[in-house]
Amino acid sequence: MSIRDEKTLRIVLYEGAGAEPVPAESRFAAVQALLVNGYSVTRTTGERPVNAHARNDVLALGNFGGRAPASGPATDGEAQVQVEDLADWAPETVLGKVRSAGASKQAIEPGAWKPWFPVIDYDRCTNCMQCLSFCLFGVYGVDTANKIQVQNNDNCKTNCPACSRVCPEAAIMFPKYKAGPINGDVVSSADLQREKMKIDISSLLGGDVYSMLRDRSERARSRFSKERDSDKALKERQKCLVKLAESGDIPAEVLMSLPSPEEIARRAEEAKAKAAAALQQNAAAS
Amino acid sequence: MSAPKILYCHCAYTQVVPAEVKDAVLRKLCDSGVSFEAVADLCETSARRDPSLKQMADGAVKIAACYPRAVKWLFAAAGAPLNIEAAEVLNMRTQPAAEVIEALMKPELTPNVPAGKETIEAVAEGVGK
Repeated sequence: MSIRDEKTLRIVLYEGAGAEPVPAESRFAAVQALLVNGYSVTRTTGERPVNAHARNDVLALGNFGGRAPASGPATDGEAQVQVEDLADWAPETVLGKVRSAGASKQAIEPGAWKPWFPVIDYDRCTNCMQCLSFCLFGVYGVDTANKIQVQNNDNCKTNCPACSRVCPEAAIMFPKYKAGPINGDVVSSADLQREKMKIDISSLLGGDVYSMLRDRSERARSRFSKERDSDKALKERQKCLVKLAESGDIPAEVLMSLPSPEEIARRAEEAKAKAAAALQQNAAAS
Repeated sequence: MSAPKILYCHCAYTQVVPAEVKDAVLRKLCDSGVSFEAVADLCETSARRDPSLKQMADGAVKIAACYPRAVKWLFAAAGAPLNIEAAEVLNMRTQPAAEVIEALMKPELTPNVPAGKETIEAVAEGVGK
C-alpha cells in the first residue's frame, strides 16, 4: 500500500463551547508530545470547522468535565469523529488515549517512514528528464502530459540528494537537506555555476556515476578473483565509496545497498528509456 | 475578513530546525489562545497528499515552517497549491523565534511566497495523473 492510501489519525484539541480550557502548560506539553510522536494536531476554540476528511479519522480531546458530547466539533469533511473527555492532560495519558484510538481505527503508527524525497521547483525545472534518467529507484515518472513529477516518494533513499546534483537548473529540493539551495533556499548564480561544475566532475569521473560504479565493481571483482585478497578488494570498494560519497554527497549506506552491477545496468537502461520516450513525445508535441 | 489560518510544522524527523525556535513558537501558539493547525512534519503531510493541506491552502494562511520556496512546492506536490497572494511563510530554520512569533500573531499578512514562471495550479492539477 502506498503512503498516500494509508489512514492517519488527526487529533483535535477542542476548547470551544462545552469544554473547559486546558491549562496553558498542559496544553503545550500535550501538543509537543503528540507532534514529537508524529501526530498532527488541531487546536480549536470552535470558531471555524475542523479540517477533516474521510481518509483521516479524528479524535477530539477536550476537558468536558464528565459531560462529553455525543458528537465532536463541527468539521468540513466526512471523517469519523470520536470524542474523549480528558481530565488528566499529562503527555503520557494523552499519548495513551491517542495510540489506543489509532489502533482501534486501524490508523498507521506514525514514524515508520522518514519523509525524505525530492520536491521539484517547477519555476526552475526545464523538463529535461535528467533526474528520471538518473534515479535507479523509480522515484520519478511523468504525468499524462509527459511532465516530470515525483511519483513514488517512499522509494527515495533517506539522506541521498544525488538526483539534485545532476539537475542542471538546481530545481530539485530536499527540504530536510543541510544546505542551500537543495534545502529550498534561494538559488544564486554562484549555486548554478557550482551545480554545473558538479556535473562536469561527474563526467570526468567516467561518464556517469553508474558506469563508474560498474567499472569499479568489475575491476574489484576481477582483482578479488586473481589475488584472492579480500582485504584489498574491500579497501578498494571502500575507497571508491568514499570518493563517490564526497563527490556526490551520497551516503555510504545508500551506495552499499545498491543492487548488483547487472541490476544497476538494467534499471539505468529502463530509466533512460522512460526519459527518452517522454522527451521524444514532448518534441513531437511541440 | 477572517484572520489568516495558522499552520505550524514541527519538522519532527530531522534536526534542521533549531529546537529552541520550534519550541518557543509552539509555546507561544499554545499560550496565546489562538486556533492553529500543527503538523508533525509538513514533508510527510505533503508526501501523503493529505487532504487537509487543500483546506489549509484555501484562503489566507500563515505557515511557520522552513524556506518559502520549499513550502510552496510541497503544497503544490500535494495537489494543494498556495495562493501566493494570501500566504506568508515564516522560516524557522533562519529566522529567530521572536520574529516568527511576531509575524504569526499580528493580524496583517505579508505575502512572501515566491512567484515564478510556472502556474502552481497547473502543476497541482497534474498531481496523481
